[in-house]
Amino acid sequence: MAEALLSAAGATRHFGGLAAVNNVSIELQRGQLHAVLGPNGAGKSTLINLLSGDLPLSAGTIRYKGRDISALSMDRRSRMGVGRSYQKTNIFPSFTAFENCRLAAQSRDARPFNIFANALHNRAVSAAAERALEQAGLAGRGEIVAATLSHGEQRQLEIAMVLATDPDVLLLDEPLAGMGAEESARMVELLRKLAADHAVMLVEHDMDAVFAVADRITVMANGQVLESGLPEQIRASAAVKQVYLGEDEERHV
Amino acid sequence: MTPLPKTLQATFLASALAIALFPLANSPFYIELVTKIMIMAIFAMSLDLLVGYTGLVSFGHAAYFGIAAYAVVLISPKYEAASLWLTLPASVLIAAASAFVIGLFVLRTKGIYFIMVTLAFAQMVYFLFHDTGLGGGSDGTYLNFKPEAKLAGYTLFDLGNTRHFYYFVFALMLLVYLFLRRLLQSPLGRAFIGIKVNEHRMWSLGYPVLRYKLASFTIAGGLGGLAGYLAACQFGFVNPEILSWHQSGNVLLMVILGGMGTLYGPIAGAFAFVMMQEYFSALTKHWQLLMGGLIVLVVLFFPGGLASLADRFKTRGVKKPVVAEAKHG
Repeated sequence: MAEALLSAAGATRHFGGLAAVNNVSIELQRGQLHAVLGPNGAGKSTLINLLSGDLPLSAGTIRYKGRDISALSMDRRSRMGVGRSYQKTNIFPSFTAFENCRLAAQSRDARPFNIFANALHNRAVSAAAERALEQAGLAGRGEIVAATLSHGEQRQLEIAMVLATDPDVLLLDEPLAGMGAEESARMVELLRKLAADHAVMLVEHDMDAVFAVADRITVMANGQVLESGLPEQIRASAAVKQVYLGEDEERHV
Repeated sequence: MTPLPKTLQATFLASALAIALFPLANSPFYIELVTKIMIMAIFAMSLDLLVGYTGLVSFGHAAYFGIAAYAVVLISPKYEAASLWLTLPASVLIAAASAFVIGLFVLRTKGIYFIMVTLAFAQMVYFLFHDTGLGGGSDGTYLNFKPEAKLAGYTLFDLGNTRHFYYFVFALMLLVYLFLRRLLQSPLGRAFIGIKVNEHRMWSLGYPVLRYKLASFTIAGGLGGLAGYLAACQFGFVNPEILSWHQSGNVLLMVILGGMGTLYGPIAGAFAFVMMQEYFSALTKHWQLLMGGLIVLVVLFFPGGLASLADRFKTRGVKKPVVAEAKHG
């Protein structure tokens, strides 16, 4: 049995009368890529927000390496090793791609308040930033101002920034949305590699990609877990077909 | 932060030289005027760290200016001169400590609320001095003897001497500029700018944003205090007006007029603002109307302030880069 890094038990989040996430339990293990599927409004992004600390829980607990982190702030969780990317690109548009990643890597710097150090002279931080850019397929694009990168490249940068923080858990909210076919394929390859020694949670609409890389799949609908299991089980599940896959196909035709 | 463009460097050197040579050819009135402007430039740069580099629009920055000004008066003995080496760091520290404590409260708010709460705290400080006998009430109080700059019994320079004081303030203005540039290259400064551009992502990347904002607020308060200290030394007198909201508003206008997020812009802004004040107030009783109109025009046609003039010349005929838009987004 692999190590359970991040887990939610009975995670619930209300927005007024609406339970966006209702009593969801999920376990993310090192060495596993756990995909979360579901129609729009199923609560996938809210679940990521609860795990990362972007939103506080209404009820339930979240554990990281066995420790209850439900009440910890987003920055604490990030420093402990829970990294996330955003569905809507959330970068520093006026900075270069490199500076975006460098700033991400700098958050792990042990002496952040040394005001007489030159930020660019910290080799370890710069190297981590370069490595992250390369991993995300942005090698050689570091000096480009992020706002002028193509949409697909900004999506790659979004991932590169998470990687630069060297997390143990990666919560990725639709990382492939808006990427070209080539980048998509490269990103799927990267996800597969990352899953070897990280716990990866992937929220994604691209079915082919999901079934190609996922070790486990959880399907959500109306804020609840509909089905959770191995990809074959999900493919065979009648409930999933009816609620999600069927609906999905109708909508996209 | 990238090195400044060549044309700007040249402008810089020329301005510094002009300021350095200025007292040789001018009367005490103008020397004192430029000294006052340079003090305001220090004040404006300190606010630029907040407004232009951390994204914190403080409308109560006069509080720290005033606290340090009152501090030097209150800690100086009544009948003899205090030491510069003692009173200057003490006053700056008191201002910084006040900013730290007030920052603990105000930094929990954002946007318009932050503007209002900084104003509210500044007003509390204003009325503390206005309505209690602490600093002579609404009449203010005198700094009877200017601090002495003595080293081993020998007086290095005399703050009471117009020229000496001018060069002392000039040196401090350069020091503050260089210090802030250095700070903004450091990991801490980079994080400030990151917070200005995208606070939420900084938080998400693992930065304890509140702590960083508090650091910025404290440093800015201390440097604003330095300006207040110098103002108290220049005029030998403090009254509650130096920490009124007009003062907070004026320094904010200097930053906006000069161009926020540039450091040299606020220096230019301080010069432009005070000189306009002098010129228009000699012209008519309704000078504030003229001045307000002019500021509106500048903000309308040069949203980047005076500092953007340099960019305009440089990029004339060249397509405007997307970056400029994104920077202010």
